[in-house]
Amino acid sequence: MNLLTLAFKNLERRKLRTAFTIVGIALSSWVLVTLLGFNQGYKNALNRDIEGMGFQIVLTAKGCPYEAATLMLKGGTGLRYMPESLYPEIQNAPEVAQTTPMIMHAEFDPYKGENGGTTVFLGIDAATYPAMKPYFKFLSGGWFSAPNAREIVMGYEAAELEQREVGDAYLLPGSEQEFTVAGILQRTGTQDDGMIFLPLQTLQETFNKKGVLTMIGIRLKNDVNTADFEGQLYKIPDVQVVSMAQVRNTIVSLVTSAKIIVMSVAAIAFLIAVFGVLNTVLMSVFERYQEIGILKSMGALPKHIFMLIWTETVLLCASGSLAGIAFSYLFASVSERLIRAFLPFAPHGNLIELTPNLLIFSFLAITLTGIFGGLLPAIKAAKIRPLEAIRSENT
Amino acid sequence: MTLISAEHLSKIYRRGNEDVKALNDVSLQIERGETVAVVGPSGSGKTTFVNILGCLDNPTAGTLTVDGTAIFKDGNTLSEKKLTLIRRKLFGYVFQKFFLIPTLTVRENILLPSVFDADFAADDKRAAELAEMLGVAHRLNHLPAELSGGEMQRVAIARALIGKPQVLVADEPTGNLDSKRTEEIKELLLNLNKQERLTIIVVTHNLEFAKTADRILTISDGRIAE
Ligand SMILES: Nc1ncnc2c1ncn2[C@@H]1O[C@H](COP(=O)(O)OP(=O)(O)OP(=O)(O)O)[C@@H](O)[C@H]1O
Ligand SMILES: [Mg+2]
Repeated sequence: MNLLTLAFKNLERRKLRTAFTIVGIALSSWVLVTLLGFNQGYKNALNRDIEGMGFQIVLTAKGCPYEAATLMLKGGTGLRYMPESLYPEIQNAPEVAQTTPMIMHAEFDPYKGENGGTTVFLGIDAATYPAMKPYFKFLSGGWFSAPNAREIVMGYEAAELEQREVGDAYLLPGSEQEFTVAGILQRTGTQDDGMIFLPLQTLQETFNKKGVLTMIGIRLKNDVNTADFEGQLYKIPDVQVVSMAQVRNTIVSLVTSAKIIVMSVAAIAFLIAVFGVLNTVLMSVFERYQEIGILKSMGALPKHIFMLIWTETVLLCASGSLAGIAFSYLFASVSERLIRAFLPFAPHGNLIELTPNLLIFSFLAITLTGIFGGLLPAIKAAKIRPLEAIRSENT
Repeated sequence: MTLISAEHLSKIYRRGNEDVKALNDVSLQIERGETVAVVGPSGSGKTTFVNILGCLDNPTAGTLTVDGTAIFKDGNTLSEKKLTLIRRKLFGYVFQKFFLIPTLTVRENILLPSVFDADFAADDKRAAELAEMLGVAHRLNHLPAELSGGEMQRVAIARALIGKPQVLVADEPTGNLDSKRTEEIKELLLNLNKQERLTIIVVTHNLEFAKTADRILTISDGRIAE
């Protein structure tokens, strides 16, 4: 038997109290790990989402910039349009490498889900759009057979939701016309997975939107200064220029304020847990006042008692944080859903990234806190004099 | 041969503005292998006396020499660390309460002192011998809660003896036990005294118990009354 076993056995004496303390530490380290993981994951997911757009600048009809930002990333209603005649002008600008025209249309589909839902259609030009999305790969089928074909291409999730395969018919909501599924895309992990693509011309004709566009995606030549070109675009009346850098900054600043609140909650949870441990250990030292005196009369030196009590604290913190890390792993999807509910805008893909470094860091942070916090009760216990045991017995 | 030699030991406690003379100029010698019973009315200073003899407490004045080492001399005492080492080597203690650790088995409780002493590796054989001698051999793998009070005190005695001390200091070891158990513990201690040549200092209220000792010290008002 050694000090470590003895420390274990001591913790075993108050099983329930030990369990509660460990659960407290575990919960707070769960919160800590999850939030730190979120800190990492969110930025990466946002960058992935934005890079997934494939263009650096989007020209949209004038409107609220936040609306435009969410509209582009999520799809939305209340769309505004700009004249298609703008397109050649942009296309032929010397700074521009590639452009693609797009028109978005949202339609309420009463058969979607339980209570119906809005489906977003993106009219694209099959000649220029794919070049902007080099990572698009087809699960089956391909792009449209003609610029005015009555065909759709479905994103992975859209196809899964509607349960369609290539060649299946698709009744386009709002038009009562039957379309054919020309292709189904592989999962990309971006908002495109939920999208249904139509040929630009077909969408314009079907929904009476001839001669207008929602957006123009622009990719600049490598040596062009984005800011300068944006300035030029602003001179065009009634359009709005959204650069991806701008979108990212807007979203990041929205999320940062939410994050600060959440981080303070995590810090408080953490402190509460640490004080919980200190309280538990101090209480157990007071309870064992006599016993510690007896241990000393048996030949235990202050350093032994110090190590014993310290070990107990560190064991509590270490096992609690291990449990918390296991929690955060097992319940990552639950935490992810919780966090999504709080966020003003949540990108696709994993929001919480639990890297080994992060797990090691959290484990060490909590255990180190235990190591420092444990000093106090350990020193207190080490100072107990053997006589106390015998004396308090007489009273 | 003299093992413990005390000269003019006094202990004064301050209680508020009042001085309590718990021990008043006591001198005595205890020989190796002797059994000494300490009796006297409650509050007479028995516990104070044996705690000082057992190096658990320091006197206000006087000299204590144990096994040739000066422990207290004219108000000076050894460092806490040296005292611990002397306690470890020379003394075993038994109290009225048993202080067994409830989550340790009887065997582990007996071996508990070895946790703090790198010099003596947990000696299972001695633990088994002591358990045998004390009649708790069949209980070695049990937890304290499964034992009777008498058995618990035997385990506490085995624990006090695992480090092969020369002196067993027992302050009312049978205070929590009925007369039958008291009788048993008395027999045990006498046996230990014979077999291991153990010096025993025992505080007791039980006169039957006290009569079996080589010497009875009656304490009254902090003095030895002959
Ligand atoms: N820490 C202390 N502070 C003040 N007075 C004390 C202290 N310890 C003991 N005393 C006093 O010293 C005297 C002797 O106490 P002691 O415990 O030695 O008596 P005792 O003979 O062991 O009594 P009992 O039979 O009740 O155990 C008592 O008057 C007691 O009140
Ligand atoms: Mg007493």
